[in-house]
Amino acid sequence: MKRSGSLTWLLWLIPLVFLLFFFYQPLLAIFRQVFSERFNQGWQFFSWAQITRPLLFTLWQAFLSTLLTLIVGLPAAYLFARFEFAGRKWLHTLSLLPFILPTVVVATAFNTLIGPRGWLNLILMDLLNLSNPPVNLLNSLPAILLAHVFYNTSIIIRMVGNSLTRLNPHYDEAARVLNAKPWQAFREVSLPLLMPSILGASLLVFLFDFTSFGVVLMLGGPQYATVEVEIYTQAMSRFNLPMAGLLSMIQLVVTFLITLAQNRLKNPRFGKAVLSSEQKTRQQPVNMRQKIFVILMCLLLVVLFVSPILSLVSRSLVTFEAARGERGEFETGFTTRYYTELFQNRTGSIFYANPLAAIRNSLVYSVLTMLIATSLGLLSAYALSRSGKLTRWMEPFFMLPLGASAVILGLGFLITFNNPPWTSGRFPILIPIAHSLIALPFVVRTILPAIQGIPHSLREAARVMGAKPWKVIREIDLPILLRAVIVSLAFSFTISLGEFGASSFLANARTPTIPVTIFRYISQPGALNYGQALAMSTLLLLTSAAGSLLIEKIRLPGEELF
Amino acid sequence: MLRVEDIYKDYDGKPLLKGITFEVQEGELVCLLGSSGSGKSTMLRIIAGLEEPKSGKVYWKGEDFTDKPTHERGFGLMFQDYALFPHRSVAENIAFGLRMVGRSKPEIDSLVEKSLANIRMQEFADRPVTELSGGEQQRVALARALAPDPYLLMLDEPLGALDHNLRTELLKDLRKRLHDSQKPVIYVTHDQEEAFALADRLLLLHDGKLVQEGAPERVFNQPANTWVASFLGLGNLVPAKLISPNRVETDLGQLEVPIAPEIEPGSDCVMLLRPDDALFGENAISLSNYLRAVIRDSVFLGNYFRLEVMVGQTILQVHSPHPDAIGETISIAWPASSLQCLPVA
Amino acid sequence: MTKKHFLLLTLILFVLAACQPTTPTTPAAQPQTLTIMTHDSFSVSEELVRKFEAENNATLVFIQGGDAGSALNRLILTSVDTQTPEADVFYGLDNTFLSRALDQDLFEAYQPASLSAIPAEFKLDPTFKVVPIDYGDVCINYDKAWFAENNLELPASLQDLAKPEYSGLLVVENPATSSPGLAFMMATIAEFGETSWLEWWQAMKDNKVVVVSDWETAYYTNFSGSSGKGPQPMVVSYASSPAAELIYAETELSESPTASLVNPGMCWRQVEFAGILKNTPNRALAEKFIDFLLSKEFQEDVPMQMFVFPVLPEAILPEGFVLASQTPETVSSLDPALIAANRDIWVNDWTNLMLK
Repeated sequence: MKRSGSLTWLLWLIPLVFLLFFFYQPLLAIFRQVFSERFNQGWQFFSWAQITRPLLFTLWQAFLSTLLTLIVGLPAAYLFARFEFAGRKWLHTLSLLPFILPTVVVATAFNTLIGPRGWLNLILMDLLNLSNPPVNLLNSLPAILLAHVFYNTSIIIRMVGNSLTRLNPHYDEAARVLNAKPWQAFREVSLPLLMPSILGASLLVFLFDFTSFGVVLMLGGPQYATVEVEIYTQAMSRFNLPMAGLLSMIQLVVTFLITLAQNRLKNPRFGKAVLSSEQKTRQQPVNMRQKIFVILMCLLLVVLFVSPILSLVSRSLVTFEAARGERGEFETGFTTRYYTELFQNRTGSIFYANPLAAIRNSLVYSVLTMLIATSLGLLSAYALSRSGKLTRWMEPFFMLPLGASAVILGLGFLITFNNPPWTSGRFPILIPIAHSLIALPFVVRTILPAIQGIPHSLREAARVMGAKPWKVIREIDLPILLRAVIVSLAFSFTISLGEFGASSFLANARTPTIPVTIFRYISQPGALNYGQALAMSTLLLLTSAAGSLLIEKIRLPGEELF
Repeated sequence: MLRVEDIYKDYDGKPLLKGITFEVQEGELVCLLGSSGSGKSTMLRIIAGLEEPKSGKVYWKGEDFTDKPTHERGFGLMFQDYALFPHRSVAENIAFGLRMVGRSKPEIDSLVEKSLANIRMQEFADRPVTELSGGEQQRVALARALAPDPYLLMLDEPLGALDHNLRTELLKDLRKRLHDSQKPVIYVTHDQEEAFALADRLLLLHDGKLVQEGAPERVFNQPANTWVASFLGLGNLVPAKLISPNRVETDLGQLEVPIAPEIEPGSDCVMLLRPDDALFGENAISLSNYLRAVIRDSVFLGNYFRLEVMVGQTILQVHSPHPDAIGETISIAWPASSLQCLPVA
Repeated sequence: MTKKHFLLLTLILFVLAACQPTTPTTPAAQPQTLTIMTHDSFSVSEELVRKFEAENNATLVFIQGGDAGSALNRLILTSVDTQTPEADVFYGLDNTFLSRALDQDLFEAYQPASLSAIPAEFKLDPTFKVVPIDYGDVCINYDKAWFAENNLELPASLQDLAKPEYSGLLVVENPATSSPGLAFMMATIAEFGETSWLEWWQAMKDNKVVVVSDWETAYYTNFSGSSGKGPQPMVVSYASSPAAELIYAETELSESPTASLVNPGMCWRQVEFAGILKNTPNRALAEKFIDFLLSKEFQEDVPMQMFVFPVLPEAILPEGFVLASQTPETVSSLDPALIAANRDIWVNDWTNLMLK
């Protein structure tokens, strides 16, 4: 395999150049800018508290969110891995949905559910005959945690569920035959064997919670700022650029450390011993305790996953009369007006975005993102699949875009790519490129395990039969990888579809995406606009759901999403 | 001591066990023999409490164990893949069961040491189990199953994962060890050699039912039906029709058989012609069940030649002391007393 | 397929993915593109834009850079000291941020002839690097029905708001992240003075004033008078918001469900400016665009598009707009120099008091 040395270089080169040019270059440029002499007046407000407060809060809420996500996710993973019940597949598919939902939609959905005029309060007010909403969850830590649990439970279900499905059931049984009580068997045997995957999943959830932006911005209120939100505030509102730069560096360092730790965990400690062959591990719940567990978990998951979505969709179809002095009473009625209104430019504004045009724009960016991210991800994953010291350090390098603040990256893009062809007003090519940067880590994480899972014997067999290295890849690897690639395509597609942070920097009034359009409706006064935002969110939800169904449909059994 | 009664179990909606009843006596080694998928592993799992039967009961010393949780039964089970805990060392694996019943630390240490000495693996104590060879893993798994001193030991294809040579070697070892333990043992296998070598009593499981049970030599000599004869590889099976109490009509011609009172004259049965019982040449001609056969193949197997011969359109296997040339026509006969007329399974 | 082919395929895939589909180019002379950076609340009739484009053979590209502060900060960051500013024209600079923009030397002076018709009170930049276009008054809106139902007197001054009967009834925006929030904070400084304004805020904090991040949340989620029907009957918004409630009501209303508190000392006037970016390659077209902004056509478009008032006195206001909009007789103001020197410090102090 002497020749593979040069090939490896080639594999590295394309994604490496892409990352250096489109990620590290703008990042460096923006750091140079924010720390320049010109903007140093921000230092006059410097205090350690400005760093420690958001940092500690971010770590704290990420810790709490991860913990809660585990509390919900682990039993849910157990439910899906071990039990067979009616509607299991349906619920499993549903559990993937939140992960791909744009934050704008999730925040809006939670608003329609637990907001002051959300369903929960409306129902409670009606039932208890109250004049004021009794539940005040918005602008609070619970709202952030709830949304994070909503978002990330699916990660635990997927990652831990996969390991659980593949965990040889004989280990647990052997323990129980050796006189271990069920909980002892779990603590002594199953848990330690699942630990690497639980830790890996937790770290990923922690990372997402740590870098959370939209959810915290829209549901947390001004008292709660994560580092990412604080970067936004410091840079865009307070104009304290050095502070924004410092915070985003801290965020990058933490991200780097987390991905590094996660990388360590992936070393298979117990080898293939843990993987069971195609054993059937799922069964109908038999005794009372199992039945109660299954029913309660299903209920919990339905409430967690379905209620915000249902609430959003239903609110977009129901009209509430404008206040006329009849407080506490509201007329409800089915209406499709919010949808039909989307297609009318009432004020003839230049900023009116035809929903179809927004959907078309989003689709174009998504398709481009899908192609760029997947082809780059494929090359990167190949490069990373070669073992070696270098690769171990290279993976965090590829994962780092996960931790880059959207504001900092967006601004970096603007000052780096400030001339044609990048600044063409007609087609902001930078949008799909930025989306590709965001999608790349996901793609690499989807494809890499698939590549590593290809048995060496297959390649060797092909090589023995006289196939050249590239031919081996084509004949052996590609067919096996096909599904992982399709999953990546769908994944990057939906990520691009829902991305808001970077898009809001790079889109102009002529080329809005769906999330940008939603935001535009939200920022305008009037009940009609609010309804239209809900309607548009519902449209985005449907588009994303289609992608989600596609992912679930072609996902190989036992194939890891991350 | 152990009694399972009328066990039924479905798998994926299809019946897997259809009313199994048997007992295991103190110190007895029972082999549960059957082809793969016959439900013998499931039977073990039901006894261990890892699965619940659809109906039927499991009794231990007269006590109903059917709904008792696994960890309270005090039975030992050794899995086919051994299921050694990969995150624990050899010694820790063996100590596991002892820890679970709350033995004291010094007690555990000394028992583990004794156990390791028994399997001659003292120096392996702190090794990770993932580094052991197949044979070593098998020994550790057995030691682990025996360590907490279970009332009953069950083994699910304990040699199944090993290659043939190692198997023969370990079989001897295993036999001694199981015998020494003086525990009731249920040993599941699909390999009749293993079963014959180990069992005090055989239970043959086919299509969800026990088709025969008894001491190995009894089963060997008097297979209950054609499936047993075929599964155990006892010999040639030729379809036949009973035309009088001691005569059958077959493709080989009419044969004289011992009187089989349990078979109605005029009904179908299957003749078992054991290769070892065939007589040749002059010994054959004098017998009534005398056949002319053409040799198709001959393999020298040390003590005898294994011949494949053709009688009419029927191919038979026989063991002959003589080297005969392929294509030659010889005389073969089976004494009437050696023939068995088996009911169709 | 050989190794070479495979490489080629990968490369083609990559190039295909990376290259942009070209939109059909317009025939005739290539129109000149003018990029206008503005804030999220900016809007203009498409018809007017098309007319301007046709008359000047131009394509207008609007970039919405967040709220007024964010848009400015973004522009400073991307366009200061470069030969390639991100935009040619900036629209939406308000009087609270005026000093920052001028300090950073972002704009080139331009004094359009039509400026003479604009009242002097709006011409806050004597160097004419930026010119006033519109203005709006940030006032507290209240829910008429709520106050009627609860038989509560309307607060007559900011001081009143600290009274116990108004406890928990007002929602304000964080001045660090919201431009009406900043404007309202300015109003309180103008009212209570540089030294004691924080005492009022302390009193308000004790009186359970609700602080949210942005106007959207304050108005839709917290304000009871909007479609969100939230818990607070008073919100910091614009004097023109009641007009929007009327015009955008789901069913036709005879009068707005909300109104503004316009007593002296309670409102802050935001004047919005536009300016031409330094080093723009499209200076001539940019000047034409500024002229366009001051034209009667555009000035009359302003109320219905942005719910603010045009600076041109002769612009005729739409009827519904006049009906529901209240104009405070006196508005608070502060010396621009004072704002310039202290804005960041004030925001910092406010944040330290209210959000920690």
